[in-house]
Amino acid sequence: MTDMTAGAIPAPPKPMSRGRRALRYISRNRSLAAGLIVMAVLILFTVSGFFIIDPKDAYPLSAATKQPPSWRYPLGTDFFGRNLYAAMVVGMWQTALIGVIAGGIGTAIGVVLGFTSAYFGGWIDFIIKSVCQILTPIPVLLIQVVVVGSLDKRDVTIFVMAMVIVMLGWMGTTLVVRSQVLTMKERQFVSVAKLSGVSSFGIIFKEIMPNLLPFIAAAFVIQVFTAVFASFYLAVLGLGPLREPLLGNIIWAAQSQGAFFNGWWWWPMEPAIAMILILGSLALINMGLDELANPRVRKAE
Amino acid sequence: MAISDIAEPSAKVFAETPVLNVESLEVTYYTDAGRAKALDDVSFTLRAGEKLGMVGESGSGKSTLALAMMRMIKPPGRIEGGKVLVDDVDLMALTDEEMRQSRLSRIAYIPQGAMNSLNPVMRIGAQMVDAVRSHLPDESRSAMADRCAHALRSVDLDPSVFRMHPHELSGGMQQRVCIAIGVLLEPKVIIADEPTSALDVVTQRQVMETIDRVKDEINAAVILIGHDMGLMAQFVDRVAVMYSGRLVEVSTVREMFTDPNHPYARALINSLPNLDNKGVFQGIPGLAPSLLRLPSGCAFHPRCAEARPVCAEKRPRARMLDTGRLVTCHLFDPEVAT
Amino acid sequence: MTALLELRDVSKTYSSGLLSAKSTVALKGVSLTLDEAEPTILTVAGESGSGKTTLAMLLLGFTEPTTGQIIYRGKDITTLSGADRLAFRREVQAVFQDPFAVFNPFYTVDHLLTVPIRQFKLANSRKDARARMDEALTAVGLRPEDVLGRFPHQLSGGQRQRINVARALLLKPRLLIADEPVSMVDASLRASILETFRNLQRDHGVSIIYITHDLTTAYHIAKSIIVLYRGSVMEAGDVDQVIKSPHHPYTRLLVDSIPWPNLDQRWGTERIKVREADTGAGGCVFRSRCLHAMDKCGAVPSLLQLKSHQAAACHLHEGHAVVEPERLSDLLPI
Repeated sequence: MTDMTAGAIPAPPKPMSRGRRALRYISRNRSLAAGLIVMAVLILFTVSGFFIIDPKDAYPLSAATKQPPSWRYPLGTDFFGRNLYAAMVVGMWQTALIGVIAGGIGTAIGVVLGFTSAYFGGWIDFIIKSVCQILTPIPVLLIQVVVVGSLDKRDVTIFVMAMVIVMLGWMGTTLVVRSQVLTMKERQFVSVAKLSGVSSFGIIFKEIMPNLLPFIAAAFVIQVFTAVFASFYLAVLGLGPLREPLLGNIIWAAQSQGAFFNGWWWWPMEPAIAMILILGSLALINMGLDELANPRVRKAE
Repeated sequence: MAISDIAEPSAKVFAETPVLNVESLEVTYYTDAGRAKALDDVSFTLRAGEKLGMVGESGSGKSTLALAMMRMIKPPGRIEGGKVLVDDVDLMALTDEEMRQSRLSRIAYIPQGAMNSLNPVMRIGAQMVDAVRSHLPDESRSAMADRCAHALRSVDLDPSVFRMHPHELSGGMQQRVCIAIGVLLEPKVIIADEPTSALDVVTQRQVMETIDRVKDEINAAVILIGHDMGLMAQFVDRVAVMYSGRLVEVSTVREMFTDPNHPYARALINSLPNLDNKGVFQGIPGLAPSLLRLPSGCAFHPRCAEARPVCAEKRPRARMLDTGRLVTCHLFDPEVAT
Repeated sequence: MTALLELRDVSKTYSSGLLSAKSTVALKGVSLTLDEAEPTILTVAGESGSGKTTLAMLLLGFTEPTTGQIIYRGKDITTLSGADRLAFRREVQAVFQDPFAVFNPFYTVDHLLTVPIRQFKLANSRKDARARMDEALTAVGLRPEDVLGRFPHQLSGGQRQRINVARALLLKPRLLIADEPVSMVDASLRASILETFRNLQRDHGVSIIYITHDLTTAYHIAKSIIVLYRGSVMEAGDVDQVIKSPHHPYTRLLVDSIPWPNLDQRWGTERIKVREADTGAGGCVFRSRCLHAMDKCGAVPSLLQLKSHQAAACHLHEGHAVVEPERLSDLLPI
């Protein structure tokens, strides 16, 4: 069976490497690109900030109070004497920590439970699915407020907040991962993998998991978003670790001191803008990933 | 009445003037990897009551042709030129609104897997009415119901199907509903794109016999797109062969199966299995070229057993032979120096 | 002489609903013996719902029979473990219908070939593996440098299916289940893929079960045929005889509806009967569509032997010897 095409038709071009394909895709996917850029700027701000400021300045009584933005205090200071530039830097870092810890743990739980439930089926699936479905309608905000509110103020740390947020945050991811795996496991390439002698674990990790990476990434971003937002509103309500310069805390403090009425506009504005940028970039990244994960919505590539 | 009862195609008498006249249709797809000429100077005619089979490998342009005729080509594809005349009305020259009116009333398209386009939560009757309501805004409900009942009967379905949901019907019956929708407004031209690909062989025969009967009833011209040569042999009057976006041959079905002209058509016919050559397999060597990188001259020359130097240099023109057959090949062009 | 793979009175019923209220019989009481010494090509023909796909799933061990046993080299396949299980996997392979679905979109097409090489230890080194892959790809008419390293969506359907067949060549199983391997492939490519299957059987001793609804290709490639309808065997025997002179009304309907690419062989001499409302449970499964249905058909017909290599399950042929289900394989020529 000779192939008679040699010479007359030039061979098709070699495909691009994964890296180049990824870059080309990002340039096409506007949301993803925009989100990543804003996120990059925020990260740059925080990282460079740590070289400039002294973290201690983020805490009360470190600087002159109620100073508007100036050369000495680029973002001004608050009623308690926090250097707000330092506070923003440390606060962003802490927000990121909560987001990543809570988001990461929530995603991990979701992925493990989702995979187990879908791949092994039977009563395991029934239990996990039922638990998720029972917990989902519970009003998360209320429970979080009640739990954190009942803790001793001194016990509320960054880590504790992250745990409270994870508590009711993993169900969505579990159900999404479960439904994706359920579809995937019926796909014929899984049957062929079985025929090629691949074990169950091999199929989960080598055949199915790689295809779910966009979903898992998207789920992670959503979890981080939810965690960051939760930390924000809990802190704004005054339930956060009050000493720490969490962005929500700053706003709560500003509000409790009547910042706007007193003309200290920079005090609540800065954390608000920061929070908008953080949540906004996460949302954009999520939109971008959504398009990547869902081939039907995909416009680029 | 079985198809075998119908007289030989060549003995059939068709009206003299064609009801469908496609002239130099061109469609290009503008992709990031380059420009792909999906249809290149395609021209043919069809008379009322006549059945034309359109065959070719995937990528040959046969489905693109159907979409182009219906003006359903989406970006990055563009219709670059040509005319599609149905009863002397050029569809390409109509406004968007006029074209919308023409779909289903002048020219109907039954896509592949049409049964999947039926809405699973709506009753069949509602969907049929939905399809034609904009064409007949003033028709009363009872007149509409009558029209639908008539269409259903013509595809051998009981009018009670009007009230059923798609899932209550078998695949073949769903496909026949799609045919019924296609003929509700008695179009002049019906394009059926692989209407039986998901159906088993017995249902396939049933559906094709249905299309035949319906075509006779409204005296429409039918274009059947597919790659099953057997189906063509049993159903169509003439066969058109596409290769890489170009129309390479149009002959009557008997001529195509007994004495094909174009080397590609000949290779296709030779590769067909039938009762007499059990165990003999003859594929066509090589692969169809990508539309983005077509060979110079004739697109088929790299795989052609009879290629000559001129074939790599010059594109062959489509020529109408004295016999009324069309062939696009240097071998049949007396003006090409041998 | 242990048989390679044996089905003993295998039935498969799917039930749905909480209390198993609705059940569908996918396959009923099928027995088949596949011998290793004489590789052959057997066609299992039927439309959708006939049970042919269920049969494939059972043979591949993807699903378990509701009753009956599937025996691999003397052992029940549900009890296989360890080395035996791997041997079974190695020796029973498949080529599926959809050329795209078998590829994991995350990996290049090489993955389809490298995974079994690794799992079954078919090569000693990377170079050896690459050499084997090249050999298999060239044998199906592909140039390795044109397809390796590419992603599935970058290749045509024909190329993808050829790679699937190359996988089968690479593995050289004892038994290959080909489930509609050419139905989604262009006509011009079908011939060469079918030829590859024939070479596998003739030159490499692979037995092939060719599952299809397309009797034309079945006729060309197979030696024997089993016609299924709604889970039961309607007719079986030598493929030449069954297709050229079918004796069961269902086979006759099928053969009559074949679109032969030949103007002198017209389809449609037999009328198609619209299926009647199911005339009660039990009896011949084809009854509601049969033009010759009689009262007798309320009882399930046994398989009756008409010639040395042809049998049909139909009351019309009463008087002929009954073929016991276990002896079905004896009817099939090799």
